[in-house]
Parts: sequence; structure tokens; C-alpha cells
Amino acid sequence: MDWQPIILTLKLATVTTILLLIISIPLANWLANTKTKLKPLFEALISMPLVLPPTVLGFYLLIAFSPNNTFGEWLDQWFGLRLIFSFEGLVFASIIYSLPFMVHPIQAGLSNLPKSLSEASYVLGKTKFQTLTKVLLPNIRPALITGIILSFAHTMGEFGVVLMIGGNIPGQTKVASIAIYDEVESLNYGLANNYSFILLGFTFAILLTVYLVNNGSFRRFWK
Amino acid sequence: MIDMSIHKALHSNAGRMNLNVDLSLDMGTFTVIQGKSGAGKTSLLRLLAGLLPPDIGKISVNNTLWFDSDTKANLSIQKRKIGYVSQDYALFPNMTVWGNLQFAQEKNQDSSALNELIEVMELGDLKNIKPQLLSGGQQQRVALARALVQKPKLLLLDEPLSALDAETRRKLQSHILKVHQAFDLTTLMVTHDTAETIKMADHMLIMAHGRIIDQGKPTDLLSNQSVSGKFQFTGEIVAIQPEGVISIVSVLIGKDLVRVISELNESEGLSVGDKVLVASKAFNPILKKLE
Repeated sequence: MDWQPIILTLKLATVTTILLLIISIPLANWLANTKTKLKPLFEALISMPLVLPPTVLGFYLLIAFSPNNTFGEWLDQWFGLRLIFSFEGLVFASIIYSLPFMVHPIQAGLSNLPKSLSEASYVLGKTKFQTLTKVLLPNIRPALITGIILSFAHTMGEFGVVLMIGGNIPGQTKVASIAIYDEVESLNYGLANNYSFILLGFTFAILLTVYLVNNGSFRRFWK
Repeated sequence: MIDMSIHKALHSNAGRMNLNVDLSLDMGTFTVIQGKSGAGKTSLLRLLAGLLPPDIGKISVNNTLWFDSDTKANLSIQKRKIGYVSQDYALFPNMTVWGNLQFAQEKNQDSSALNELIEVMELGDLKNIKPQLLSGGQQQRVALARALVQKPKLLLLDEPLSALDAETRRKLQSHILKVHQAFDLTTLMVTHDTAETIKMADHMLIMAHGRIIDQGKPTDLLSNQSVSGKFQFTGEIVAIQPEGVISIVSVLIGKDLVRVISELNESEGLSVGDKVLVASKAFNPILKKLE
């Protein structure tokens, strides 16, 4: 069996999750505190991937990133980035695709913390950044873990977006879900079953972890 | 000297309320703020701390301008260097007692101040415990200690003792008074408790509907209300027992059950559950010290 698709899937999910975490913390913090009237607009945009068919997202990304278009050409010329049929493109698409899975738990966690905690920190002379990193984030650890695990799992399971803008290049864009489709198309049911079974087991393990974490079963290990 | 003259429109569950406060206080005083809930006591503290921006007005402390709506000056919360203890104490759950105090330290501040506070507040045994595991009184002490780490000049306490039992309360009143004097603080405390006010405050503000309706020495203000040549208490009737030409009315005053003799025609209008005022001339009451 060729392990490359599985390894590529894990690599994509890891890179995406790390970048998502970096993007989502400030974004969720802003959403949890902002009083702008445009908040529903941003929330709707971030939540779009929850309901939008992945092929729609993939289609528009394909159009936007195509080197035949102004934006795609600009990216290529200035950054040397070709986002279609490349690993970087998959990462970019996955970030958009899994954004709500990271932003929502963090935003909910931050909104549910009593306001008095951040106020107490400000009164003690601490900046917003110090308050976020030392007071707020450590107190929403379960939300952070939920966000990380859900984004990871969701990225592992994506198919439509990858198919649209990634294609099927071994070692570049041929992730496990594509490999399964590919093997079934070639009637290699045995190999398709191997990939599928690995994904099935992995996804179950990940979700089980989320629920164990949220039930507090792990708490005694990291105290 | 604290000078504030501010206006703020507040939106609460009860609807809109305009907070209009003109206040000047000498440094070093212990001021108590009393008033019904919703009168604007907490908002007054929050305005002073910078947690709530006034709409219009001016706040200056020791001739330093903290807020001025005309020049749009607004000293940030972080720079006001205030000790503030909110109603829920707001201890950081992810840190131990020591961690909470350490977090409050300024850069380059050595930990001798922390050790001093640990000692004054009797927190030595609790140093490595997370706040969730502490009792209300212990949490209160930690919150007070944390508020004092940066040696503020101004200490704001929002009903710090309301959730505590009588004995813990008394102990903490002494703690607060002790630090008020030892750290040369100017303290503003919100409380509902009259005894607490008389024990602790040099100055008292009474608030209603967003305004200060009266202020002065607590004994002066309170004597008009309840202290005079007679005793008067309010209580609730729990039983009425007719005994020939009189009735014996049992009245619950606070936790004490008092039996009052009343003439039949007097007690006719009374029934169990009524709120009543029990008053008596007190020419020679007995005072006895309690241990």
C-alpha cells in the first residue's frame, strides 16, 4: 500500500490547524468583544463553509487563483505563489474551509468567560495582549482543544475543495480522500478499503478525544 | 483629593437611568456608599476605575486629570493604578493564590511585597491552592491582597463582604481597616450594612436614582434615621396570643423572637405575617460587652 496519501493528509491537517489557530485567536477575540454593527456580516462569512457545498468554494477559489486571472497572476508575480494544483493552495483552501470549526469554539469560550476577569487584569495594569495570553486563553483550554481537534478532523475529511483546486497529484495534492475516490474509480476496492478504514479509525479516535476532553476525563492528566 | 463631576446615561433592566455625580473626597478617607440596588453605586466605582467611560464630565485625582470629556482626555485603566475588588472577586481560575498575586506585580517589582501581603492577609497556608477550592472569605482575602500588590493609593471595594457569614465578615472588616491604615489608602466601599458603615467609614454617601442624595459623617447621617433616645426595630409578627384583656404578640426582629404585650383593641388590626415597628423609650438600657 502507498502511504503517501495518508501522510500528505496528516501533513495538510497539521499545517492547516497550526495556521488556523494563529488566525482564529485574534479573530475570535475580536468577534467576542466587538460592538460593530457589521458583526453579523463577519459571523455569516466565517460560517459559510458550514453550509456551502465544498465544490462551490473550490470552484470560486479555482477561478480566483487561476494564473489567467488578475489576482492569480498578481500572486504568481509578486509571491511566486501558484495556489491551484499545489500543496500551498490546499492549505489556503483548507483554512477557509475549516475556519468556523476553529473560530466558533474559541469565540464561544471567550464570550462565556466573566467580563470581570479581563477587567481585573486591566485594573492590575496588564495590556490586552497580556490579558489574552495569560488570563483568557488558559481559562478556555477545553474550547481551544475542541477547536484544534475539530479543525484537524474536518481538514482530514475534506474532498470537494481538494478535488476542485488540488486535483490528483501524488505527493502534492493526492490526499487520502482523493486516493479513495481514485482507487474506487479504478475498481481497486481492496486499497480503497485500506485508506477508508484508516480514515474511519482516525476520525473516530479524534472525535472520541473531543468528547473525553469536554467531559473532563483527561483533566487529571494535565493538572 | 478626588474630584469628579460626571454624567452617564446607563441602560439597565429597569430601563434608562441617568447617573449624575458631583463628588469631592479627601485623600486618606474611608468612604462608604450606600443605596438601594440599581442606585448607581457600582457604576460610580466603575467610572472611577475607568471600566465605564463617562458621557460628559471630569475626573481628577490628586490634581492629575483622569478624564475630561472637553479635551477628550482619558487615562487608561491600566495607568490609573487602582486597587479594585469586584463583587465576584474575579480571581484567575488558572492560577494559584500565589500566581494571582504574582500576576499583579509590576515589572521589576520584587516579591517582598507579596510576602508582606501574604502575611498581613494570613494566606500562607493557601499559597499553592487554586481559587476555586477556597471558601468565600478566603477568596475575598486573596482578592484584597491582589488588589494591593501594586501599592495603589485608591482602593475600590464593591460589596466585598456581602456574601460572607457574620463572623468572617467581622474579621475581614478588621483586615480591610488594617490595610486601609497601613497602606495609607483612600478607600471607597459599597455596602448595605449599617453596622459595617459605622464601624469602618469616616464619610458616607447615600445614593438614589443615580445621584448622591446625602453625604456626611456616618453617625450624623444615620442618627437621623435610627439612633435616638428610643429603640425602634422593624419585624414580622409570627404569632398573636390573646390572654384576657391583652394579647401577647410574638415579633421576629432579625434573628430574635420578642414578645410584646399589646392591648386587645390595638392587636385587633394585626395579623400574623404583618410587618410592624416595635418602639420603646429607652432611658436606662443595659449595655454589656459580648465576647
